[in-house]
Amino acid sequence: MSLLDVRDLSVVFQRRGERPFTAVDEVSFSVEPGQTVGLVGESGCGKSVTSLAIMGLLPRRGNKVSGQVMFDGADLLALRPDDMRDRRGRDIGMIFQDPLSSLNPVVPIGTQVAEVLERHRGMDRKAALKEARELLDAVGIPDPNRRLKEYPHQISGGMRQRALIAIALACKPRLLIADEPTTALDVTIQAQILTLLKQLVDETGTALIMITHDLGVVAGLCDTVNVLYGGKVVERAARHELFARPRHPYTHGLLNSVPRLDSPRGERLHAIRGSVADNIPWVEGCAFAPRCDNVVDACLEGTPPLEPTATGGDLRCNNPVTEEVAVP
Amino acid sequence: MSDPITRPGVGAQRDSVDPAAVEEKPEGVTPSAISRLGERKKARLDALAQASADKGGVSLVRDAFRRLRRNPVAIFGAVIVGLFVLVAIFAPLLAPHDPAQRFDELTKNLTVDNIPGASSDFPLGSDPLGRDFLSRMIYGSRQTLFVGVVATLIGLGLGVLIGALAGAFGGWIDNILMRLTDVMLALPALLLAISLVAMASRSSQWTVIFAVAIVNVPIFARLLRGSMLAQRESDHVLAARALGVKQGSIVLRHMLPNAMTAVIVQATLTLSTAILEAASLSFLGLGDPDINRAEWGLMLGVDGQRYFEVRPELAYYPAVAIIVVALGFTLLGEGMREAIDPKNRR
Repeated sequence: MSLLDVRDLSVVFQRRGERPFTAVDEVSFSVEPGQTVGLVGESGCGKSVTSLAIMGLLPRRGNKVSGQVMFDGADLLALRPDDMRDRRGRDIGMIFQDPLSSLNPVVPIGTQVAEVLERHRGMDRKAALKEARELLDAVGIPDPNRRLKEYPHQISGGMRQRALIAIALACKPRLLIADEPTTALDVTIQAQILTLLKQLVDETGTALIMITHDLGVVAGLCDTVNVLYGGKVVERAARHELFARPRHPYTHGLLNSVPRLDSPRGERLHAIRGSVADNIPWVEGCAFAPRCDNVVDACLEGTPPLEPTATGGDLRCNNPVTEEVAVP
Repeated sequence: MSDPITRPGVGAQRDSVDPAAVEEKPEGVTPSAISRLGERKKARLDALAQASADKGGVSLVRDAFRRLRRNPVAIFGAVIVGLFVLVAIFAPLLAPHDPAQRFDELTKNLTVDNIPGASSDFPLGSDPLGRDFLSRMIYGSRQTLFVGVVATLIGLGLGVLIGALAGAFGGWIDNILMRLTDVMLALPALLLAISLVAMASRSSQWTVIFAVAIVNVPIFARLLRGSMLAQRESDHVLAARALGVKQGSIVLRHMLPNAMTAVIVQATLTLSTAILEAASLSFLGLGDPDINRAEWGLMLGVDGQRYFEVRPELAYYPAVAIIVVALGFTLLGEGMREAIDPKNRR
């Protein structure tokens, strides 16, 4: 049985007097224990909303969540708020994008790590601080005794993200959701943080959902990749398969727009034309159709179905890319 | 191009990152680099590391205090406030006479047209009842400080309670509480204070304190509610919720301490307005009816105003004292605002 099974998850934002907006549209995917699953897509495709919906952290008002989020056999969406609160941090950890603003600025690092241990593992302050010291050590923060007493503004961005990882992993959750954990960091630190995540995930057997727009992160970390567009999964494939043979024109475009060191001098960067604003509603056809090079008539006649591919993935496209290797 | 993984350039680099290779030394120097340095340099490095380790955590409060000390205007305000507080505390030692005692050598010449001026025994002369004006000024600082501080604290306490409830829970609680503060803010502060004092059956210094406190409640409440709302949407509160921290804990430990900075600055500024408002009420004769109690506003209103043509100093002294003290608190408050402002943080 999968550790996490998201079935037909939809999130509709509705404000009084405004047209409802479907941010996440019948997304289904599953995560096996110890597996790393990527959710990839550009800004506004529903990645973060999906993760917040899984965690039950969407605002109480102004949105409608439907579908099922089965975690360990229980539907998280049907849990009472108190029960869900007990699970957050204990069974499911989360790492956020901006390490500066995700720590409480007026509380020392050690106390923040200790807080979650006291909350979920019933430790007293002294034991929790001792454990916190070990956790900071485990995520590679040098001189942890000193860092315990320091405040977030006194340590570097990379170290803050390490501290956040320590907090997220404090209770040894079975699932970790990382929402663009490296976006706010510079490139050298990004590599360190990713290596650390990979190492911790391997050591603890924690399953990881990696939310990112950075294909480099996906290539380095994920076992399976879900490509989201306009709130729907458009392609799902194993990592190697996705990078070798992207089938959906959107995935293909994303991969082609990554700048490469070996491209000929003077060659222009590829871009997917248009922007998310050009999307058509899924009910009228494929949301990506206005930006797609492979568009055919069928693309404007209702939502293309998500169908299994020969290589074990899924694809939502009427006219997939067939080239083995993308045009350079 | 044959290996599928090397296709996206960035990804290829990432993928090849070997955990051992990025074994990082984020702080300090690698051992090999240290070994190349001389003994003296090594000792220097150790000393530096030790010094920075001894410093430990610098809390935001201490950080702000350090910046406050570097601001000359704030220091000026702090000196005024400090002197004022010292005078109030040591009034019995500083005052040459009992402020309530009427002296024969002053009363014997006292008429409506003649109030004895400065002499060696009575440096500021007499008040219209033959009491030592200097001693009354000195004791008056106690009254002013007491009323200002207590009124501000009560206003702060009630305002924080209302603002925290409104900001933390939102919805109809927020609506009801904020409409209440709207009503209070709709009336001019002094007018509201006067009406509150007038409603009391018997006036005392506590009616003044409560009137001034209540006038300031909506200001604190609004301010705190605003920053609580901002905190509620902040990333670190979302992160705390993602860790399953309980609601009460989130409000008290994550939102309130971060939202309080603006309110603390406002409290310092409110001290000055509270002193002015209390003095205004006394000036208008709405304060404590006890004629033996020395109070600057009362002295300005009764002694100064009534006998202005005979001895205008009786108005100048309390007026200047009130202005200087209010200025001191204002400068200190402005300094604190600048010190606490996150934009000035390193």
